[in-house]
Amino acid sequence: MASLDDLKKRIVSVKSTQKITKAMKMVAAAKLKRAQENAEKGRPYSEKMNNIIINLSNGISDKENAPKLLLGTGEEKVYLCVVITSDRGLCGGFNTNIIKKAKAYFEELYNQGKTLKIITVGSKGHDQLKRVFRDNIIENLSFKDSKNTNYFDAEKVGKLILDKFEKKEFDICTIFYNKFKNVITQIPQAQQIIPLKASEVDGNSSEDNYEFEPDEDEILNNLLPKNISTQIFKAMLENSASEQGSRMSAMDNATRNAGEMVDKLTIEYNRSRQAAITKELIEIISGAESL
Amino acid sequence: MSEEFKLEIVNPEKSFLSKEDVTEVVVPAFEGEIGILKDHISIISFLKPGAIKIISKSGEENYYVEDGIIEFKNNNLSILTSFISNIKDMDKKKVDELLKNAEEFTQNAEITDQNKFLVDQKIDFLKRIN
Repeated sequence: MASLDDLKKRIVSVKSTQKITKAMKMVAAAKLKRAQENAEKGRPYSEKMNNIIINLSNGISDKENAPKLLLGTGEEKVYLCVVITSDRGLCGGFNTNIIKKAKAYFEELYNQGKTLKIITVGSKGHDQLKRVFRDNIIENLSFKDSKNTNYFDAEKVGKLILDKFEKKEFDICTIFYNKFKNVITQIPQAQQIIPLKASEVDGNSSEDNYEFEPDEDEILNNLLPKNISTQIFKAMLENSASEQGSRMSAMDNATRNAGEMVDKLTIEYNRSRQAAITKELIEIISGAESL
Repeated sequence: MSEEFKLEIVNPEKSFLSKEDVTEVVVPAFEGEIGILKDHISIISFLKPGAIKIISKSGEENYYVEDGIIEFKNNNLSILTSFISNIKDMDKKKVDELLKNAEEFTQNAEITDQNKFLVDQKIDFLKRIN
């Protein structure tokens, strides 16, 4: 059994860990509030964008010559996966969940004999993926220096993807991120952005006849690239809200566990202190008796 | 009452402006300015750099946009834009900065005709309000 001194030291160290996790939880909670607000504020833009695209793509008269971003290249050989993760750790299963989802998808592609290319956004995802998929990672971005999620970062990613698409480096592009549901639940998502999934395009559309200026094709050509950045921005916003939520609940758990540990150790400490006193008493009494 | 329609301006970060008592909006559409009144036909168009003029009961407001898409349907006007700023808030320093960036951009050799056109529009406009 550990000595009294050892126990005391352990209690102190667990307590100081608890202080740290508690502080981290508070910070995450404060950041979460802002991140969540941002995610909610960002939704109208991407929703409206989506609506317009739906309306537009229904109005296209010449389906054959529609932009490739909408229809795809006609081939399904090279898959580009953009895995968006955080730059910091200590946020529970946040990164692992995205990676798990992505890995399952990669495996599937592998079995189908497709070519896989990966772009990682955020250093944690890169760290986890490079062990197995080192050769598949073509690009690794990190926005550690940006304080907040901003549109310019998303635009950078979007431009990179579009650039590669124009050079015909891939056929299908999917992004991976965590969708923020609430503080304890974040759902890892795989969203295909190139070509736009049929299910999304066929959504509830109105039969309205729009007037287009200039014509549909030109608007679509202009709009689709923007949509890529918008979708990535949305993913990044959802991700940052999820990250803070995940960190908050992870740190909450850690704080609670530390509390439990302190309780247990304190009981052990008191017991062994009591045992030591009893032992001493017995020694004194039996010593007195023998006289 | 009957002359009014709804206007919503959103940028990627947030819903920038929402108004219900708008009577007229003039937007810098790609092929020229469009004025929109109530009961305009449904229209989708995209914007070039320029000023959005919003006339409502509370007065007239002017905003500077760099790009964007507008959608007008059932007397709801939505404007999506990635950069918008109230012209009142744009002082000389800010305009100069934007102007400098735009002029640098035109020096780029690989610029496409369409982009060049857009940037020229931007420079023109910025010079005008400067």
